[in-house]
Amino acid sequence: MGKVVAVTGNEAVANALRQADPDVCSLYPITPQTDIVQRFSSFVANGVVQTELLNAESEHSAMSAAIGASAAGGRVVTATSSQGLALMWEMLHIASGMNLPIVMPLVNRALSAPLNIHGDHSDGMGARDTGWVQLWSESAQEAYDNTIMAFRVAEHADIRLPVMVCMDGFIVSHSIARMEYLGDEEVKNFIGPYQTVNPLLDMEHPKSFGPLILTDLYHEYKRLQHEIMGRVKNVVLQVSDEFEKLSGRKYGLFESYRLDDADIALVILNSAAGTSKDVVDELRDKGIKAGLLKPRLFRPFPYEEIGKALKHLKAVCVMDRADSFGGYGPMFMEISSAMYQADGNGKRPKLINKIYGLGGRDYMPSDARQVLLELNEIAGGAPVTAVKEYIGVRE
Amino acid sequence: MKKWTELVPGAVVLEAGSSAKFKTGSWRTFRPEWLQENCIQCLMCWLYCPDMAVKVADGKMTGFDYDYCKGCGVCAKECPGKQGKKAIIMKPEGK
Ligand code: SF4
Ligand code: SF4
Repeated sequence: MGKVVAVTGNEAVANALRQADPDVCSLYPITPQTDIVQRFSSFVANGVVQTELLNAESEHSAMSAAIGASAAGGRVVTATSSQGLALMWEMLHIASGMNLPIVMPLVNRALSAPLNIHGDHSDGMGARDTGWVQLWSESAQEAYDNTIMAFRVAEHADIRLPVMVCMDGFIVSHSIARMEYLGDEEVKNFIGPYQTVNPLLDMEHPKSFGPLILTDLYHEYKRLQHEIMGRVKNVVLQVSDEFEKLSGRKYGLFESYRLDDADIALVILNSAAGTSKDVVDELRDKGIKAGLLKPRLFRPFPYEEIGKALKHLKAVCVMDRADSFGGYGPMFMEISSAMYQADGNGKRPKLINKIYGLGGRDYMPSDARQVLLELNEIAGGAPVTAVKEYIGVRE
Repeated sequence: MKKWTELVPGAVVLEAGSSAKFKTGSWRTFRPEWLQENCIQCLMCWLYCPDMAVKVADGKMTGFDYDYCKGCGVCAKECPGKQGKKAIIMKPEGK
């Protein structure tokens, strides 16, 4: 049975990992993720889970060990943040290229330099091309739910891919919020026993992982990887449907908030979406038709579905909590692509891009209000003065 | 050549011992040559060869398998030979 609790995002995710009872957890602590692996280590020490814990000497080694354990045939988890994810970079590609269903909570944190431990999306956005599935989470509840669903998505026979579950550092990872745990048995039944595919430890059938593949076949293997990534959307929807039956909580590829009859909207990830929804309500009360779209599945990116959901709007602002220096914000590039392909009978919304909240800078209702009011003017015919702009910055 | 639809996801090689099909000998620029008269049959060459390219029959070194020998020279370096005279020397390939 479900249980209502007041916990931090990290505690919620650590409990999701406990309920999944993985075979192996390789770990290296890094703020603000440390709390997850510390709690999980206590579960191991107290015999609450059967997991074999591997303390690695770096995140590169933690991911390498996860890859080895997963290829061997185990259900494997690890977790990281920021520089840790950056250090894993080459191994992330190996995990996905080998189709290893590793589950990894990523507590989003800014990248150095300058050194900063607070929440932004630079780490996760930097990993968008690694072949991992990415699920993003607004709250402790969503991070917990996504972590549980991540096992089903990763281990699904149609894909077998590693999944990263993103949540905002400190804002969610360290803030106490009301949420609901599922029962241990319920989660166990939902996730099910681990099914191995071509495990290395099957001594009767020796095999090799990581062969050298040159010009003769590499291109074909990448074509296959592209094909498998294309199946993820359906798997996520199917798993989310089943999860709704269990929990009563509904998840899709993204969340639409007051979008159907809206003229203007924000596209925004994770915790800042919560603040923005309040401001959308406030403007609705004043007669401004505002809405919001919060992506959940960022890789693979659901271009057609998001294009469809936004094409009727007059003006949209894509809010990026990360920058691609010398380019637009990473999510803006995706939304622009989605809108270019969307069939809007020659009409498409005006698009602008705001960079906000880097290095944990607070995102206030006043920021959302300012952007929505600017959108309202653009929708009314005012010209777009700058496509990409920083907000909440001292000028 | 296989099409992408025929490949095993994750590039897992399901066939055991398939590396025998991959002939690494074509990489060689130097080839080891065995001077039997200097050989004391210590099998250090067999022990050190990273490519299992030293042929051994009935516990005795009998020569090299040039299909797989990459010409790294480890065997020649490790070979103690007889009274300071090497039983393996490296020669430029093609000469
Ligand atoms: S040259 Fe290298 S690969 Fe060839 S036999 Fe000697 S040790 Fe083996
Ligand atoms: S290492 Fe030299 S001496 Fe020893 S078996 Fe090989 S060739 Fe003969």
